[in-house]
Amino acid sequence: MEVPILKQGAVLIATFQAALSDADLNQLRMGLVQQVVKFRSRAVIVDVTAMDVMDSFASRTLREIAHMIRLRGAETVIVGIQPEVAFAMVQLGLTLEGVATALDLEEGLAYLNEKFKTTN
Amino acid sequence: MAKRDGTSLSPELKQAEEPSELLRELVAHLRQNRTQLREEWVVRITETRLLTAMTKEEIFAEATSVYDSYVEALETEAFEALQAYARNLSERIIPRGVETHEVVGIVLLLRDVLARSLFAKYQTDFKKLNRILDAYEPAANRIANTVAVGFVQERERVIRQQQEAIRELSTPVLQVRERLLILPIIGVIDPQRARQLTEQLLRGIRTNRAKVVVIDITGVAAMDLTVANNLVQTVEASRLLGATVIVTGLSPEIAQTLVTIGVDLGKMNTVGDLQGGIEQAERLLGYKVEKLAEPR
Repeated sequence: MEVPILKQGAVLIATFQAALSDADLNQLRMGLVQQVVKFRSRAVIVDVTAMDVMDSFASRTLREIAHMIRLRGAETVIVGIQPEVAFAMVQLGLTLEGVATALDLEEGLAYLNEKFKTTN
Repeated sequence: MAKRDGTSLSPELKQAEEPSELLRELVAHLRQNRTQLREEWVVRITETRLLTAMTKEEIFAEATSVYDSYVEALETEAFEALQAYARNLSERIIPRGVETHEVVGIVLLLRDVLARSLFAKYQTDFKKLNRILDAYEPAANRIANTVAVGFVQERERVIRQQQEAIRELSTPVLQVRERLLILPIIGVIDPQRARQLTEQLLRGIRTNRAKVVVIDITGVAAMDLTVANNLVQTVEASRLLGATVIVTGLSPEIAQTLVTIGVDLGKMNTVGDLQGGIEQAERLLGYKVEKLAEPR
């Protein structure tokens, strides 16, 4: 399944679809990092608004994506986690520790703006 | 009397009726003597001091419909209809303060009144009385059971409804500034309330686009390990929605509980009291509060 990745200046925005298989997630992990390298992006926003479930594999993959992207010197922000999904995740102990999160795309971009301002 | 296959019935069986025929006979008797039996029943009810919350007229009105439903249930054996009627009746009388023992009591009284009238009618024919009771008793027991169950189910439904309302009312999620929510918790938190709290808060964060939440537990005396874990999960889930949680008002007991379960205090942002919590929240949001004049 193709996940649309949009470029907004120095930020890449990947919008995850509702039903991503483990194979899709694996492809995305490589694909996103390659895109960061190609465009020399400073940050990636992963929008998971459409995901109504988040299992441990998806959660682990997101953390791995964030770590790999950080090794390229870029920041990852996960946005759009639904209240029900957030609740289910923490009950399973999937806290996405160490990964920045924001309410939605707008908040994610605002967070990155703040961050870039202070680090420039 | 000869049967079709050529054999003949014994003399006793000549007088045997089908159970349903017996039921029809006793139902007919109960209908015929309806006025008198119902009156007798109402007298017994007042004698036993049941339904004291209702007036004599109200008792009479309800007694009429209960009597008719009782007899109809005996006749048709349609117990679902009876249960629906019982729930409907309960819905009416529960707000009047009628208790379970009263409802069970009056149904059993009716059972007795009708049984006595059967004794009186068939007193000269003991064998027939036995057969009539064989038909009456199981049905009457089932009726008493059905009505009691219907009443209790309705009571439980009302209680659940009230509990839900109390829970909703007691955990308001309040917006005090742009992007700042306060959740003051008062009273006992059981796991169910804790869960409902979390769901309400997460929905509130999304609706109000909150970036900071102050959860004040000054009004909570104690919490068990399950609820303490729930609190930690609430903090973690809020972070997933981009909101920071500040917990204020921890009592010494609760502080002990949190330390005992090994809560990573690095994850939990706590401040002594609500005022301090709001002040810190405002700082996080970039507010500065300045006093311009003395109060008048």
